[in-house]
Amino acid sequence: MREITFEQAAMEAIQEEFRRNPRTVHLSTDLVAELQREFGADRIRVTPIAENCFVGAAVGLSGSGFRTVANIRMATFGFVAMDQMINHAAKITYMFGGQAKFPILYRMTVGAGISGAAEHSVSPYAMYMNAPGLKIILPTTPYDAKGLFKTALRDNNPVVAFEHVLLLGMKGEVPEDEYFIPFGQASIKREGTDVTVVALAKMVHDALAAAEDLAKDGLSLEVIDPRTLVPLDTATILASVKRTGRLVVVDEACQTCGAAAEIVALVTADQATFGTLKAAPVRVCGLDVPVPFSPPMEEYAVPDKAKIVQAVRDMMRSAPRE
Amino acid sequence: MKIPKKTLLDLYATMFRIRCFEERIVDLYARGQVPGLAHLYIGEEAVAAGVCAQLREDDYITSTHRGHGHVIAKGAELKLMMAELFGKKAGYCKGKGGSMHIADFSIGMLGADGIVGAGLPIATGAAMAAQLEGNGAVAAVFFGDGACQEGEFHEALNLAAIWKLPLLFVCENNHYGVNTPAAYSLAAREITRMPAAYHIPNRAIHGNDVEAVYRATGEAVDMLRRGEGPYFLECDTYRWHKHKLSYEFVDLRPQEEIAAWAKRCPIAAMEAKLVRQNVLTLSEIGDIQEETLKQVEEAHRFAVESAYPQGQNALEDVYSL
Repeated sequence: MREITFEQAAMEAIQEEFRRNPRTVHLSTDLVAELQREFGADRIRVTPIAENCFVGAAVGLSGSGFRTVANIRMATFGFVAMDQMINHAAKITYMFGGQAKFPILYRMTVGAGISGAAEHSVSPYAMYMNAPGLKIILPTTPYDAKGLFKTALRDNNPVVAFEHVLLLGMKGEVPEDEYFIPFGQASIKREGTDVTVVALAKMVHDALAAAEDLAKDGLSLEVIDPRTLVPLDTATILASVKRTGRLVVVDEACQTCGAAAEIVALVTADQATFGTLKAAPVRVCGLDVPVPFSPPMEEYAVPDKAKIVQAVRDMMRSAPRE
Repeated sequence: MKIPKKTLLDLYATMFRIRCFEERIVDLYARGQVPGLAHLYIGEEAVAAGVCAQLREDDYITSTHRGHGHVIAKGAELKLMMAELFGKKAGYCKGKGGSMHIADFSIGMLGADGIVGAGLPIATGAAMAAQLEGNGAVAAVFFGDGACQEGEFHEALNLAAIWKLPLLFVCENNHYGVNTPAAYSLAAREITRMPAAYHIPNRAIHGNDVEAVYRATGEAVDMLRRGEGPYFLECDTYRWHKHKLSYEFVDLRPQEEIAAWAKRCPIAAMEAKLVRQNVLTLSEIGDIQEETLKQVEEAHRFAVESAYPQGQNALEDVYSL
């Protein structure tokens, strides 16, 4: 099968859907030449550097019959548009009693690992999970990126896509034929029997590498990628933990009130699953500091394969719970 | 240009409908019959009436926290509005919005909004939709002098200007943000200097003269429909009531100022002028008033008699299918 990058896969989904539906508009502060060449400057617009305004314009466009893709670029710029994102995009369907649909795809990159320093290395998806009305996707492979984008571009709600900056250039198999990945369907990236590892964004790849290492020690890790945070496929996670009895959640976002905390809470609050736990669930998350610039400090602050391996080993050494 | 008598009657009726609806709200709040809070438009009716009379049903508007007037002038149903204010299921937003969040997308009313200035970016999107449709439709955004202090205001002016959007900026300058005078908080002093900086044609008019608002809007909307880009109207006006209807809120504006503006009532002024000029008779005015009171009475009864939503209806409409 052909291999394309994450970025190309996402772009392909947009191109296919823009060909299919002429009532689509793309807004971004940077020129996307390949889109503008094909769909023209009316539909593919370069915006002024006014995130709040074009995030809000997407709300107005979609409320007036157009599907909009608004590329905010980095999640750090998304904070500039929080009024329109949280007060409006998230709430407008509900507040007006469901009388209109708001089909919008907001894109932004997340993640550390590029010495981007504190502002440009954020992974704030948990903040958005706290705003009911938004759907949140977090693709981690080119295949998932295309399938989830295709679904997002047919959804009638504001969808926020968080794309890890270190995954954009990653290559992977993507079929030529059209396909869709439904929201709320986790992907079990590796099957295992001893520990369930739920990993988010780039950490999926670090968790897979850790699973490979630990397999040499005879430890079998099941690696689950939720793929979408809202809706979240709780059923797949619970079923896996019931089999393994152990849960590690890996996320490079800050630990406090993060998606990892929510996943641990969902598992431990489920009575049937709680009874099967052999150890207390563990979070391997970003430290509660702004992401530092200098590589030694940045590496220290963000999880990686070695930290996941260590956390699993510590967990296995702890007294089994009977 | 002479405004036809039929249009004058409509303008008068719209202003009176807004006034009558809101006076009923004052009464209902005083008696504790509706939940939450309300921001009243009384005194500013000429702006909504004059602007919306120039708009088609497929033109879009966005509104503010002080939005009843805009919603009514765009053609919304009083019954559904009143039911929404009561928090009833039959209301425009099924009781999920209340006074501050009334919308009717079927008539291009894209919503009232509790965040000062937030309707501006949304209206740029609606104007962009109109531009892409290419059917001559336009968008109008209502906002106050307070919104001119927000970043979103400048972002929207800039965006509308560079993309030549068919967007009519309607600034209702009522001179106060809550209790803070615009004279203190707006360094530009003349509001129209700001659109001028973005090369947007603009005009400041007497916002309590409904005929002036209607005429100025007509000229502006003609330009918009011809694709000449955005236009900015500043309407000088004043709200008669304190910032919001709530028992504990104190109005700090000078009493003499409030009294002076009460003498410049847009409805009384229109009545006096048209009767003096023999355009309208007192009996025609009486007919409109009687009919309007009946509509408000019906709306009130409809709202009272409608059912409340069930608690679990809170779970509906978070997402569209």
